[in-house]
Amino acid sequence: MKDVRTMHQVEIATTKNALLDAPEMTLNMGPQHPSTHGVLRVVLKLDGETVIDLDCDVGYLHRGMEKIAENRTYTMIAPYWDRLDYIAAVSNGLVWVETVEQMIGLDVPRRAHYIRTILTELNRIASHLLWLGTHALDIGAVTILLWAFREREEILKIFERQFGARLTCHAWRIGGMPNDAYDDFASDVKRFVDNFPKRLDEYETVLSENRIWLSRTVGIGVISGEEAIAIGLSGPSLRGSGVAWDIRKARPYAAYADMDFDVPLGENGDTYDRYLVRMEEMRQSRRIVKQAIDNLPDGPVNAKVPKLIKPPVGDYYHSIEGPKGEIGCYLVSDGTQQPWRVRVRPPSFINLQALKQMSIGHLVADVVAIIGTLDIVLGEIDR
Amino acid sequence: MPLVPVPKSTFVQKLKRFFMVDLLKGMAVTLGFNIGALTDKDSVAGKGIYTEQYPKVRPDVAPRFHGAPRLNMDPETHDTLCIACNLCALACPEDCIDVIPMDVEVIVAGKPRRKKVLDEFIFDTSRCMFCALCQEACPTYCLELTQDFELATYSRAGFVWNREMLEQGRETVKYES
Repeated sequence: MKDVRTMHQVEIATTKNALLDAPEMTLNMGPQHPSTHGVLRVVLKLDGETVIDLDCDVGYLHRGMEKIAENRTYTMIAPYWDRLDYIAAVSNGLVWVETVEQMIGLDVPRRAHYIRTILTELNRIASHLLWLGTHALDIGAVTILLWAFREREEILKIFERQFGARLTCHAWRIGGMPNDAYDDFASDVKRFVDNFPKRLDEYETVLSENRIWLSRTVGIGVISGEEAIAIGLSGPSLRGSGVAWDIRKARPYAAYADMDFDVPLGENGDTYDRYLVRMEEMRQSRRIVKQAIDNLPDGPVNAKVPKLIKPPVGDYYHSIEGPKGEIGCYLVSDGTQQPWRVRVRPPSFINLQALKQMSIGHLVADVVAIIGTLDIVLGEIDR
Repeated sequence: MPLVPVPKSTFVQKLKRFFMVDLLKGMAVTLGFNIGALTDKDSVAGKGIYTEQYPKVRPDVAPRFHGAPRLNMDPETHDTLCIACNLCALACPEDCIDVIPMDVEVIVAGKPRRKKVLDEFIFDTSRCMFCALCQEACPTYCLELTQDFELATYSRAGFVWNREMLEQGRETVKYES
């Protein structure tokens, strides 16, 4: 009896030691994990609770967008582009129509450019609000999610009245817009623009100096400017590291050349700086919307578009500054009604490549914060 | 792993931290929201209730909303406006529209002529992504995406709408509020 007990104890002791001595453990995060913002699978190699290696598994949401585009006419492809980054459907739609317009040499009326600028900037605010809500929720602040969705609702209502849909709007047509701005468009946008800064201040009161927020974000997921450029980061994730690169300034499209706005930059390249950059970007977007709605020109919103759109043989690349970064479209035409090849330059996919570099050495809970700060959308990563 | 040194706090910051100023600030904002919600005139009956009582009260969607498809009819004669031109089927990216025409004999100026009219119209709402390209292609304003948004059915076959359904619309249950 006595022997059995001692043997049992010895057995427990050896297994305990074996577990404690195990050098590393593999942990699967996702694809159904709520903090991965979609169907992203992250294979973590852990030493205790510290991440020592990390591998991303993407492709669960692959729909073959680029292949679908090869079998559709140029007009038909536009609604599919809303499904890339469904949080920022208006920006995605813009890059497609602008690429085709520039390829066939269409001059879009000035009013259409202004309305495009207003609505893409509103979409940027909506995308950043959703990022803010989910990012704060991942870290543990539930209140912000509800507030951010309330402001986002105002923007989505404007989208519903203008485009007829809230999320996948199919906002633009080649050569302009499907409809002119609706009757109360200016007053709706102005009301949002007037109310928004007060709301932003409230978010900042709750988060910016909150000590839990600071200890969860300051010094987490640091990436330097050189590393960020080497990986190919773009958008707020790049500007958080202090690199001044914004396509709205560098290669102005739509009506951005007429607008006066600043590009906020971070210093340290950590999660907190990226948070500050995005918050300031929302203020700047509001500034752009206010300028555009005050100077909204009159006139038509559609250019004369040929019935059959057949771009000349050749290839063309055009990119815009989406809410997540540089979203680009590389288009190869063989002179027929359908593109020969379409390639999307997705900001989320390339930003996700920084995850490994940012996460190594941090804790598992910080990986959640870093995925949040990169602001990825899986619809765009997998296409 | 590059680490950013957290800046050392000054005396004022330490004092603020001791008295939990950041916490109190945040709680003041949330408390303000709670009190504000109770007196908000936009909420239902000013009582801080924001929930829409959905099946009883249906929301008003925008006039441009892209919802259930409908084939419009001439309001006086109740004939269909569709001329079976097939443009909507050609515009559809998802290929979910089938226009089936038929030939009828009509007598124009005493002579029999063959005329193409609409026989059947199939619209597969399960594949539709409500992009409204068909609505824009229609030359007679016949095909229209309406404000109806209740499209759920019990079977896959229920998503395929025929001409009768497209002209009459679906019956929705009305609840007493």
